[in-house]
Amino acid sequence: MTQLPDVEQLLERMEADLRNVLERRGVTEPVMIGIRTGGVWLAERLNERLGVSELLGELDISFYRDDFSRIGLNPKVMPSSLPFDTEGRDIVLVDDVLMSGRTIRAAMNEIFDYGRPASIILATLVDLGARELPIQPDVTGQTMALAPNLRVKLRGPDPLHLELRETGE
Amino acid sequence: MTVQDSPTTSLQLTEDGQLRHFLTLDGLDRALLTDILDTADSFIEVGERSIKKVPLLRGRTVVNLFFESSTRTRSTFELAAKRLSADVLNLDINTSATSKGESLSDTLLNLEAMASDMFVVRHSQSGAPHFIAESVTPGVAIINAGDGRHAHPTQAMLDMQTIRQHKGSFEGLKVAIVGDVLHSRVARSQIRALRELGAAEVRVIAPATLLPRDVESLGCTVDYDMARGMRDLDVVIMLRLQKERMEGALLPSEREFYRLYGLSREKLALAHPECIVMHPGPINRGVEIESAVADGPQSVILDQVTNGIAIRMAVMSMAMGGQMADRNRQPMGGVTP
Repeated sequence: MTQLPDVEQLLERMEADLRNVLERRGVTEPVMIGIRTGGVWLAERLNERLGVSELLGELDISFYRDDFSRIGLNPKVMPSSLPFDTEGRDIVLVDDVLMSGRTIRAAMNEIFDYGRPASIILATLVDLGARELPIQPDVTGQTMALAPNLRVKLRGPDPLHLELRETGE
Repeated sequence: MTVQDSPTTSLQLTEDGQLRHFLTLDGLDRALLTDILDTADSFIEVGERSIKKVPLLRGRTVVNLFFESSTRTRSTFELAAKRLSADVLNLDINTSATSKGESLSDTLLNLEAMASDMFVVRHSQSGAPHFIAESVTPGVAIINAGDGRHAHPTQAMLDMQTIRQHKGSFEGLKVAIVGDVLHSRVARSQIRALRELGAAEVRVIAPATLLPRDVESLGCTVDYDMARGMRDLDVVIMLRLQKERMEGALLPSEREFYRLYGLSREKLALAHPECIVMHPGPINRGVEIESAVADGPQSVILDQVTNGIAIRMAVMSMAMGGQMADRNRQPMGGVTP
């Protein structure tokens, strides 16, 4: 049985790594965008930890998903909200679980429809591998290898914790 | 042509309850209507971006099939389809093939042969979109853009979205629909939507000659006296008076109609002070509504137009999504999961 890590500890590691990446890239005024729902919770925490003054962006990628032609539209779509101009900005994109990379591709497509950012840094809490697209995180809380029938999900917002569940397959 | 509820429901909903056509609000429950409004709210945000497009219908072909002219409805459907990244073909059938003697079925077969994925249909005959949905190839979505006196479901839904925007919810709302209810396809859809979404009271205000005989059975009360009907109103929806009705001797005169049923500042003052004023357009200033009211602070008529694009984007993407989900359920559907 996989022991699930504590989210607060992972956030601490992510904060430290993110500071390093930002410094290395010379980014002094990043803006944070979380992918709904888990990514937004994490981005809130990271925004606070890094002392970013600017409001958080929230992305709902339902309109950009590549499985629309297979399953139709997500009926619970919410409006995205980017309360800043993305043009020329350095963006930290935050999600909870990285797997195939398709969500991140959709999120990047959506971000570019708001304007052309200077750069995007990808931060994920958990990286499960199993990539189907050439997308890599810059900051990861924890890499995990799970049995094919298992998925990990972030629950929250208070407190944030990880949960294992079995897929139907 | 009559449209019965339950066969229509199974025609326009997939086995999972997703939309696959959008023909009428009959048979759609509060949860689904709310999903449409929520989805449309998200599309409003898309309309405020630098690039006002999402890729949902990229590579799909949408045909606007208008057997009856309508500038506003057609242009908002066209814009909605384009913002979903679809390719759009506008066909004005009055001036096209049918005038050369081609039958509706042949027109449809030809359009299907062009690999169309969606028909947006406006027709003067009630039930025409329903007929097309029954006869079209599986996988093609039909959207009703107004049929005869039957229904105009996207107009009713954009009205619901406008009401929710300004009032927060439908709980406890008193809403009146004023004017030519008899010839209005939108009034019937509005009453149905308001009842399903939980408005407290729906009134129709009109002379007896402009009311259908069984109007109360739709779930509304009737007032012949506008001054009485305006009391405590939260929302007043004016209907367009079609000038040709004057000639049908249903009305004494335009001036008489305005005096009795036109929305003037004086009559609006009888409603709740925050009552919003709606009109599906195009408005006849001085016939059903005073200019000062149409352009006044309580008017949300232009919000209705903006919301029309978002509602149409929602309905089109939901119906196309339902069709795609259907295709993938079919083992012969071509695409392997």
